[in-house]
Amino acid sequence: MIGLVASITFAITLGSVPIESAKVWKIALWHIPFLGDGVQPDWTKAEHTIIWDIRFPRVLLAVIVGAGLSVVGVAIQALVRNSLADPYILGVSSGASVGATLVILFGAFSLFGQFALSMGAFLGSFVSVVLIFTLSRIGGQNSTVRLLMSGIAISAVLSAVTSIIIFSAPNEHGIRSVLFWMSGSLAGAKWDYLTIPTAVVLLTMLILIAQFRSLNAMLLGEESARTLGVDTVRFRRLLFLLTALLTGVVVAISGAIGFVGLMMPHIVRVLVGSDHRRVLPVSALVGAIFLVWADVIARLVFAPEELPIGIITALCGGPFFIWLMLRSSYSFGGSGK
Amino acid sequence: MRIQAENISVTVDKKKTLLREVGLEVLDSEIVGLIGPNGSGKSTLLKSIYRVLKPEVGLITLDGEDVYQLSTAESAQRMAVVRQESSVEFDFTVREMVYMGRAPHKKLFQADTEEDERICAESLELVGMGDQEQRSFFTLSGGEKQRVMIARALAQQASFLVLDEPTNHLDVRYQLQIMDLVKRLRMTVLAALHDLNVAAMYCDRLYVMDSGKIVASGRTEDVLTSAMIRDVFGVEAEVTIHPRTGKKLIVYFSEMDLVQAIGRQGAVGS
Repeated sequence: MIGLVASITFAITLGSVPIESAKVWKIALWHIPFLGDGVQPDWTKAEHTIIWDIRFPRVLLAVIVGAGLSVVGVAIQALVRNSLADPYILGVSSGASVGATLVILFGAFSLFGQFALSMGAFLGSFVSVVLIFTLSRIGGQNSTVRLLMSGIAISAVLSAVTSIIIFSAPNEHGIRSVLFWMSGSLAGAKWDYLTIPTAVVLLTMLILIAQFRSLNAMLLGEESARTLGVDTVRFRRLLFLLTALLTGVVVAISGAIGFVGLMMPHIVRVLVGSDHRRVLPVSALVGAIFLVWADVIARLVFAPEELPIGIITALCGGPFFIWLMLRSSYSFGGSGK
Repeated sequence: MRIQAENISVTVDKKKTLLREVGLEVLDSEIVGLIGPNGSGKSTLLKSIYRVLKPEVGLITLDGEDVYQLSTAESAQRMAVVRQESSVEFDFTVREMVYMGRAPHKKLFQADTEEDERICAESLELVGMGDQEQRSFFTLSGGEKQRVMIARALAQQASFLVLDEPTNHLDVRYQLQIMDLVKRLRMTVLAALHDLNVAAMYCDRLYVMDSGKIVASGRTEDVLTSAMIRDVFGVEAEVTIHPRTGKKLIVYFSEMDLVQAIGRQGAVGS
């Protein structure tokens, strides 16, 4: 927790205009009713804009997206009982890509104004989730394998649709924007964008933590979970809807940032074991810190140019993952030694 | 606890019949064994009792209540299941594993209480794993894993225990250890067993299954006969009573033994 607060503070001070960390919290405090009354503004207007309107929402967005992706990763690995599962395995991101590409290249959903991109992405993921869920239930046997297979099939089709849209794109610049979006980015964060994702991330986390016993039992397999009193059919449906909703919301606002949702659950299990009572909150925390720093790197390395944050998460995440695999006895959910 | 299964039929894909009008009964504090060759329907019958495979037809009751009318949590409070050593893909500590047995008794957001702590510690003590709480489940031997599974079932505080081939893949010492443990618990037990000598040693009554039907049932000593073993398992065997245990003892003959024996008889005769 302290690590997270420190990371937020540091991340806000870093940038083309240097800022003292004390000022960060003074400005934040100043914005809180009553509490902020005693704070004497000693900052310039420009500093206020940079800190409060630009860097604060962006760093908080990193916190929410990082926490959200990590929590979805944990939930989805329990849902499909496969350690290679990540938030995008159920095809949510491919649906979002179709929506986002349409918005960026053809200006679809313009009635939503500044929220057009997020709405387009969210609607896209919503459609793909409904398709996958319906498909996996046809024929009664609503098994995990069917869910995965439907996810893979729908993903493939929707990725192809995205490619078709890109090929028929009217301009080169748009294509660059699409590629940027697909690798994920936190650029352009505003306070207005934070409300819904924050609410969804917090709500989902609360529901999942409340269900930690059922999540633990799910890791033993569906039949064992059932004998331990979990109504697996209903629970799996709940997990699917929660993870789809959360992924949809996160992808809508930040694009498909890879690796976080796959990596964090594993790192956290090395640290605290498999019990979801600990895995869920710790994953959220570690994921948030990781993404805050990844975004700092994305902003600074080629400043004033910005890298898509997905490139950073993969570049840092990949080697770290390999190091983890080589040094520890952690089995990544394999069948033991 | 008294368990009754009546007229159970299970069909998969509308064609293959796995169980045909099967019925059985387990009385309070009885250990009842279910024996039969591979594919005879033992596991299917147990699965329909522990609610993983719902039968199309038939009624299964725990103390007169239809199990399929209970919520999954309610039935888990009454019935605990130990299956063939479950393949766990994510590592848990022994303690976490046993605490999962408390899940059916817990509500949302409810924290573990001192009572849960006591029940779990006692359960681990009973299976002789009291000092291993912090060990990783992955590092346990097959016998230890199965003992932890039984501790988890005990933590469920159910009065009916279903065992699905609990001693498969275990060395003989662990087989006996696990079954001794089950016997000492004095619970109502229904166990699918593949080793007939284990069934002979521990079961009060037996049901014999073949091709999805129950073909014989009764007291263990009455059911285990060389004729039944020949008919159901297709193996020649001699069933005697061991002088020290007073229990039935089964010795199987390989076909080569039989050929040689006939050969020797022939030699003696000439």
